Amino acid sequence: MITAGVDCGAKNVKVVILKDGEIIGKGIKLAGMNTNAAAEEAFQQALAQAGLTRDDVAKVTTTGAGKNEPTFEHEIVTEVGADARGIHALHPEVRTIIDVGAEEGRAIKVNEAGKVVDFAINEKCAAGAGAFTEAMARALEIPLEEFGAVALQSSQSIPMNAQCAVFAESEVISLLHRKTPKTDIARAIHDAISDRITSMVRRVGIEERISLIGGMAKNIGFVASLKNDLKTEVIIPDDYQYVGAIGAAWMAAEE
Amino acid sequence: MQANYGYKDGSGDFFIVIDTERCNGCGDCVEVCPADVLELVEDEFDFEAETPVIAVKAEHAKKIKYSCAPCKPAAGYTTAELPCVKACEPCAIDHSW
Amino acid sequence: MAQDEKGAGYWRWTESRWTSPDLNPKNGEVNSAGVDVGSVSTQAVVMVDGELYCYSNMRTGSDSPRSAENAMNWALEDTGLTLDDIHATVGTGYGRVNVPFATKAITEIACHARGANFMYGPTVRSILDMGGQDCKAIHCDERGKVKAFLMNDKCAAGTGRGMEVFADLLGVHINEVGEMSLQVDEEPPPVSSTCVVFAKSEAAALLREGWPKERVLASYCSAMAHRVVTLLERIGVEEEFAITGGIAKNAGVVKRLAEELNIELAKTDMDTQIAGALGAALFARALYEKKMKSG
Repeated sequence: MITAGVDCGAKNVKVVILKDGEIIGKGIKLAGMNTNAAAEEAFQQALAQAGLTRDDVAKVTTTGAGKNEPTFEHEIVTEVGADARGIHALHPEVRTIIDVGAEEGRAIKVNEAGKVVDFAINEKCAAGAGAFTEAMARALEIPLEEFGAVALQSSQSIPMNAQCAVFAESEVISLLHRKTPKTDIARAIHDAISDRITSMVRRVGIEERISLIGGMAKNIGFVASLKNDLKTEVIIPDDYQYVGAIGAAWMAAEE
Repeated sequence: MQANYGYKDGSGDFFIVIDTERCNGCGDCVEVCPADVLELVEDEFDFEAETPVIAVKAEHAKKIKYSCAPCKPAAGYTTAELPCVKACEPCAIDHSW
Repeated sequence: MAQDEKGAGYWRWTESRWTSPDLNPKNGEVNSAGVDVGSVSTQAVVMVDGELYCYSNMRTGSDSPRSAENAMNWALEDTGLTLDDIHATVGTGYGRVNVPFATKAITEIACHARGANFMYGPTVRSILDMGGQDCKAIHCDERGKVKAFLMNDKCAAGTGRGMEVFADLLGVHINEVGEMSLQVDEEPPPVSSTCVVFAKSEAAALLREGWPKERVLASYCSAMAHRVVTLLERIGVEEEFAITGGIAKNAGVVKRLAEELNIELAKTDMDTQIAGALGAALFARALYEKKMKSG
C-alpha cells in the first residue's frame, strides 16, 4: 500500500511517500504565505522522486500547525502522535523525543511499543522554539545556516538575562556595544534556548535513548548545548526533519 | 500583601504568589526547593516589618515555568504536593499553574 | 541630549523636561529627588517640600550607569540648582543600583504606588503601569501603600518595546500609533498571537493582503488591550483605576482597555511616565525627615 504523510510545519511543509514500510519519496517546501500551495509542491517533489502519480497514493494524512490547510483529501493526526509513530519506525529504542521546530517545541515520552505516555509543549512564544534563534541570527547578522558553527567557536559562557526574543534582541545589541565577541553571544543564545528546551524535557522525564528531531536538529550549536544540558548522547535521525511526515504516512497505512 | 512573581506569555500565566502578611520568614521553603528559586529578603513594601519575607529570585521570575519544571511533571501534580507549598506552615505560598 | 545612534527611528518617543513656573526651591526646607532608571527610559523628579518642582524623561540608552546622572542634570538644567542642593535621593527601577548619588534604592512597585497616589489622589486603588520592558499591576491603599502586585518583565507583549516593534514594521512614529489605531470605521478582529514575534509575522501578512496601516494597528492594539485585561484579572481591578507609564500615552490601547473593563480611568495633568520617580522622590523626603527627627 502506498501512503503519504504531509507535515505542514509553521516554516516548512514536508512530504514523505511510504510503500510497504519503505520511504520512496520525500519533498520539502517553505510554507510561506500559502501552506496549501507549498503542500502541493512538496507532494509533487516526493512523487517525482518516487516515480509515481497522485493516483498511485491510496491515502494521505496530514499533521503540523497547518494540517487543516491542504485542500486535497486527507486525514488528520496530531503532531505528537505523528512524531511518536515516526520515531518508532526509525529508532524503536528511543524513549524520549525532542522535537524543536520553527514555532513550537515538544517533548514526548514513549514506551517500548511506541505509544505516547506523556508529552509537554512549548507553544505560542518565540523564545521556546526555532523562531528565537532565527531572530537572534538576524540581530547578529549571521546567516542562520552558520549560526550554530559560530556558537561553537566561543571561548566563554556569558549569561543571557532576557527570556523573550524581543528583549533578547535588545540585550544582544547591548552586548555588541560592549564589544562582546559575536561567538560568545551566539553561544549564550544557543545555551538559552537549550536550557528552556531541557526544562521542558524534564517535565516528561529524561529517559534514554533520546532523539532530537525537527528543523533545529540541524543547528550544531544547539545540539552541542542540548547534549551538555541533558548530559546524554542524542540520536539525530538522518531524516530528522521528516519524522512527523514519516509518522503520518505510517499512520495512514495502518488506519 | 499579595506578591505575584512570574510572568504571562503566549503559553500561559505562571506566577508564584507570596502572601507577605502570612509569611513569617522561617525559610523552610527555601530549604526544600530543588531549583533554588526562592530567597528571604527584607520586606521592601513594609518599612516597619520585623521579619524578612520570601521572594522569587529575579533571575528565576522571568523563567519560572522552566525553573519550576522539575516539580511539575507533564503527567500531573497538585499545587498542594509541591515541596514549597507543603513546607509552608502558614500557607503563604501558592502557584498559579 | 542623549544621542541617537540609529538615526531617525520611528520608534523614538519624545524626550521631555519641565520646571514648575511657581515654586522657588530656595524657599524650600527639603529638596528631595527620585530617579527611575528603566531599561528603556529614565526619569528624574525633584520635589520641594513634597511639591513637584521639575522633572526630565529621557531614553536610558546603552550606557545605563550614566543615565541617572544625565537625567538628573537635564531635570536641573536652568533651575539654578545642582545635586548639592538636593537633600535626599532615592533610586528605583531596573537600574536602581546605578544611581550613585542615591541614599537608598526602593523597588519600583512601591514607588509607582506612592507616585500614583500623589498624581491621581488618595482614591486610586488599582494602577496599571506599562513601561518599556515590563508590565505591572498594583493595588494600593489610600496612603499609596502596596496591597498586591504583579510584575511581568519576561514577555514583550503589552510593553513599550512590543509597541515599538510594530511602529517600526509599519513605519509609523510611536507617538502616533495610538491615534492612528483609532482611525478605523469598524474594529477589526485582534491579531491571534500574543507573542510579538508571531504577531509581527501575522501583521506583515495582513499588510500584504492589503490591510491599511490603521487597521493593522487597531488589530494589534486590540490584542494588547485584551491581553492586559487578562493579566489584570489575576489581581482584579478596583476603582479608581489609573494607567501610568509610557503606554498611558497610547490612546489606542488605553481606550480599548477602558472599554473592555467597562471602567472610567483616573486622570492627571502630570506626565504619566514620572510616577515611579515621583514616588521615589516622596520616599526620599520621608526618609530624610525621619532621619532628621531621630537626630
